[in-house]
Amino acid sequence: MPEIKKIATRDSYGNALVELAKEIDNLVVLDADLAAATKTGIFKKQVPDRFFDCGIAEANMMGVAAGMAATGMTVFASSFAMFAAGRAFEIIRNSIGYPHLNVKIGATHAGISVGEDGATHQCNEDIALMRTIPGMAIINPADDVEARAAVRAAAFYDGPVYLRFGRLAVPVFNDPDSYQFELGKGITLRDGRDVSIIATGLMVNEARMAAEELSREGIDARVINIHTIKPIDREIIVKAAKETGKILTVEEHNVIGGLGSAVAEVVSEECPCLVKRLGVEDRFGVSGPAVDLLKLFGLSADNIVKRVKEMM
Amino acid sequence: MDATTKKELMKIACKIRMGIIEGTFHAKSGHPGGSLSIAEDLSYLYWREMNVDPKNPKMKNRDRLVLSKGHTAPALYAALALKGFFPEGELSSLRHIGSMLQGHPDMKKVPGVDMSTGSLGQGISAACGMALSAKISGDSYRTYAILGDGEIEEGQVWEAAMFAAHYKLDNLLAIVDNNNLQIDGTVEEVMSPYPIPEKFAAFGWHVISIDAHNFDEIEKAFEEAKTIKGKPTVIVQKSIKGKGVSFMENQVGWHGSAPNAEQYEEALKELRETLQALDEKGGE
Repeated sequence: MPEIKKIATRDSYGNALVELAKEIDNLVVLDADLAAATKTGIFKKQVPDRFFDCGIAEANMMGVAAGMAATGMTVFASSFAMFAAGRAFEIIRNSIGYPHLNVKIGATHAGISVGEDGATHQCNEDIALMRTIPGMAIINPADDVEARAAVRAAAFYDGPVYLRFGRLAVPVFNDPDSYQFELGKGITLRDGRDVSIIATGLMVNEARMAAEELSREGIDARVINIHTIKPIDREIIVKAAKETGKILTVEEHNVIGGLGSAVAEVVSEECPCLVKRLGVEDRFGVSGPAVDLLKLFGLSADNIVKRVKEMM
Repeated sequence: MDATTKKELMKIACKIRMGIIEGTFHAKSGHPGGSLSIAEDLSYLYWREMNVDPKNPKMKNRDRLVLSKGHTAPALYAALALKGFFPEGELSSLRHIGSMLQGHPDMKKVPGVDMSTGSLGQGISAACGMALSAKISGDSYRTYAILGDGEIEEGQVWEAAMFAAHYKLDNLLAIVDNNNLQIDGTVEEVMSPYPIPEKFAAFGWHVISIDAHNFDEIEKAFEEAKTIKGKPTVIVQKSIKGKGVSFMENQVGWHGSAPNAEQYEEALKELRETLQALDEKGGE
């Protein structure tokens, strides 16, 4: 078996932007002195006249994005998740969300897999923050194929979108030839009857691996990829609740306010069943290599297996 | 500026002030003080300066105005109604449930409002974005932003100031309405932003200082701004909060409270007299 290719979704973001510039005349990309890290630098190099560095000033960048969108531009505004969703929250809320402007927030370096930079840069709160803004779509892609498709979908969607990307190179498991992205539609990656593992972002691949292991141990786990956290696919979640009776959510985000909360809200309203949430347990991150941190915080296939078994 | 033009602009400013009193009285809340201090700006902008069409409020190459001090929406609404963007009768629905006239300007609801504002410090960033859009699209429209002197205590304003100079946004004109009062007192007592002209100059802007209520100075400043290339311009205007309604002038209490029935009548009476005097005497 050939070794599986690994690509960070931030690279997918930069590459997808270059492709889109060929199709969308009024596309502009903004960054806040992080182009080398968010990978908008790829776009800057290829399409320099449509790239604008705003300096280390995220609040103003979001406002500039809003103003440009108000004149008809399709604007991608990029920074780390911490400084986009975190520092600039209120500008996103009032200048972008309230007037429902066509701004796409490209937030990279989400979650603890930022690694060595540590807690100040590891954003585990962004999904929770963005979910509370009316009309904000939130996409957290799982691999390169999905991330490119998500950037594309966001560009052609009329309204604000929060795109969440990771720093860490992750396995590309989706087939580029057959993969289809539909905003707001979850994807069942593996059918199962005993339990549903509902995952998002880079936890999707861990969930896939966990299901394989569970299968070897006689547990038939369904794996659902929720790439769009808002609007969430209620149908796929209710179906999972009805057919499997148990749900484990997995995300690289605080267990408060993210995918786990969103799934629990749907399930408790429409088809109550046991929902357990695996994520960052309401604490700050620490410095260390990303792969080790994911293990330390229990965000691994092994721990998913353990948590599922506890539910059985 | 010729006397006839000046008289017309003064009458419009007076009518804008009447609209402000109308709106805030019926709303039983709102911000009359800082609305009254920008009546001359709006009169000049909408009747002399800006290329806008009330029948086509989304006209592509229209000049844009961002009311960064969004709480002074009553002034903007009064100007837009007078200009014909919507019926003047709407003004009495200000801040009522179901009204398009929200407490702060909503671009999705009100014809002629170019940007939703209200949270201070944000509008100037949006104005920078609009000006940059015009630059890269080769559009000729100009973008105007009106800020409060208290508002410039927000750090985002200075991020935007840096940005506008960096990208040489000479199609952007900001107005800082220096009425010297904010909610908790004078700007010096609360958190002095002074000296304002020097700060903007240090950030790379062309600065013009004027009297906010003098149309000759306003015209001169706006004309000068158009000749400045390669950098944004800011007009720092000394104004009187509550201008035109004598019992509201320079009173911090009128920042965010509405006139009662008696005060409403008194204010309108004074403004009607001002208007009548203009009609009779023909200007200053």
